[in-house]
Amino acid sequence: MSAPTRPDKRMAARAIVAQLRDGMTIGIGGWGPRRKPMALVREILRSPLKDLTIVAYGGADVGMLCAAGKVKKLVFAFVSLDAIPLEPWFRKAREAGQIAVLELDEGMLQWGLKAAAFGLPFLPTRVGLGTDLAALGGLKTVTSPYGDGEVLIAMPALKLDAALLHVNKCDWRGNVQLFGADFYYDEWFAKAADKCFVSTEELVERIEDGAAGIGAAHANIIERCFLSGVAHIPCGAHPSSMPPIHGPDMRAFKAYADAAKDPGDWTMVAEQFVGADEQAYLHSVGGKEAVMQIPLAIY
Amino acid sequence: MASLAELCIAAAAEAFRGNGEVVATGVGPIPRLAAGLAKSTHSPELLMTDGEAYLVETPVPLGPRAYDARDAAGHLPFSRFFDSAVWTGRRHAMVTPTQIDRFGQINLSYLGGSHAQPKTQMLGVRGFPGNSIYHPNSFFFPVHSPRTFVPGEVDMVSGVGYNPAKRIAGGNYSGVDLRLVVTNLCVMDFGGPDHAMRVISLHPGVDFATVQAATGFALIDAVSGETPLPDAEQLAIIATLDPHQIRATIFKDNPPARAAA
Repeated sequence: MSAPTRPDKRMAARAIVAQLRDGMTIGIGGWGPRRKPMALVREILRSPLKDLTIVAYGGADVGMLCAAGKVKKLVFAFVSLDAIPLEPWFRKAREAGQIAVLELDEGMLQWGLKAAAFGLPFLPTRVGLGTDLAALGGLKTVTSPYGDGEVLIAMPALKLDAALLHVNKCDWRGNVQLFGADFYYDEWFAKAADKCFVSTEELVERIEDGAAGIGAAHANIIERCFLSGVAHIPCGAHPSSMPPIHGPDMRAFKAYADAAKDPGDWTMVAEQFVGADEQAYLHSVGGKEAVMQIPLAIY
Repeated sequence: MASLAELCIAAAAEAFRGNGEVVATGVGPIPRLAAGLAKSTHSPELLMTDGEAYLVETPVPLGPRAYDARDAAGHLPFSRFFDSAVWTGRRHAMVTPTQIDRFGQINLSYLGGSHAQPKTQMLGVRGFPGNSIYHPNSFFFPVHSPRTFVPGEVDMVSGVGYNPAKRIAGGNYSGVDLRLVVTNLCVMDFGGPDHAMRVISLHPGVDFATVQAATGFALIDAVSGETPLPDAEQLAIIATLDPHQIRATIFKDNPPARAAA
């Protein structure tokens, strides 16, 4: 008889990272500099984990992991900090030939996550035809078995060992709620992964309690059966944005971007951008009060 | 007198004329103002987002504003954007790639070196491969030069063009639909033989030879006249859509629409 599943999914960030292994394929939710699980990324940066394959709509999560030498391979469509369009540490890693890559269209990336979510080897698409993506990425074609005989790209499943997300609210069972204008592709990262771990701004006893009424259930965009663990980390998205409670910390991103030029050596600045622990990191950026004052981005 | 930026906005707005109920996406100030101008004037049927996740029926002005200062008519977050707009072909995007070649192939990924070790890493292909095979696309280039309009082919084909050598047999390329190219010198389309690029209007004070000299491949002269100056109504709408005058920062010294002789 198998052991009963523990319904309480609360974990410390360190315990989440302790479940990860060298060489794993890890998906990171959010988008560019928007609602990234940066506290969990920082916990990886404090760990000895290495040789990771990272799948992401990339921002500073990708830049930092590349800079720290954690990344063996990156699966991406872009890496950007929005107002700082080109992610400087990612560029350094690429221009040094330091990481292997699978470059994909943004839509193909979510298509690959969907294939993984549904346990399919691939999903067909026209995307990639007529470009260099297929040749560079070793993507194969498939021919429709029906009368049309259309030749399509077979986008392989992007199966993840683990996915990391940062959410607005969660209870100990793993019922999440997202309140921002966009959920990005978090749902598909969660479903494509063997295990999905989230950090949350607010941890509550029962997600169904609250003043917002039954409409709040629309914010539950991932069912709890896909969640393996939840860590309570307020400001866990910093320096990325956490709509609707705070925007991206462009001053912090600027300092981070400048450091890629001078001194240009991650080991000299890792302490500043990662911190000894999350409490020290949050203190170094002015504490929760300061983070909550960062205005939302206007696009 | 209208500025060159305003001339380009009005010219680029023409790309969205008569498109029907599709999502008009302008990436960058000039394309975005162009889409907004089109929706505010000749093509109110266009759909449009606030640049974040909401559909709006009134174009959202550029630059700083209160976060909630827009009325949402619908919700179109990134994931749904593929389902509703991109992969159904119900979109027309105007973007600014780093390179474009004579086939209309575009590059936003890297320059020089190899894919394994680029000399200059840029954004990555973003959504260009999917956009270019599923829905119409137009382009705006603030600096018309052979570094942008490259000889040969782009360093990495990030968006599909009309290059027969790149087309895997049996693929469906019927969605490839490159429309307008607006630059600081002229307006072009892909109306030549085999979709060759041709100049269809020259900005005031610019001649064809100047455009050809700034292009890394042969262009077809199909000039029908000067690019029209925006009228008073268009200028007033542009001013409303760009209250912080971001359009004045696009070209060095914000030149007037008519090039100095």
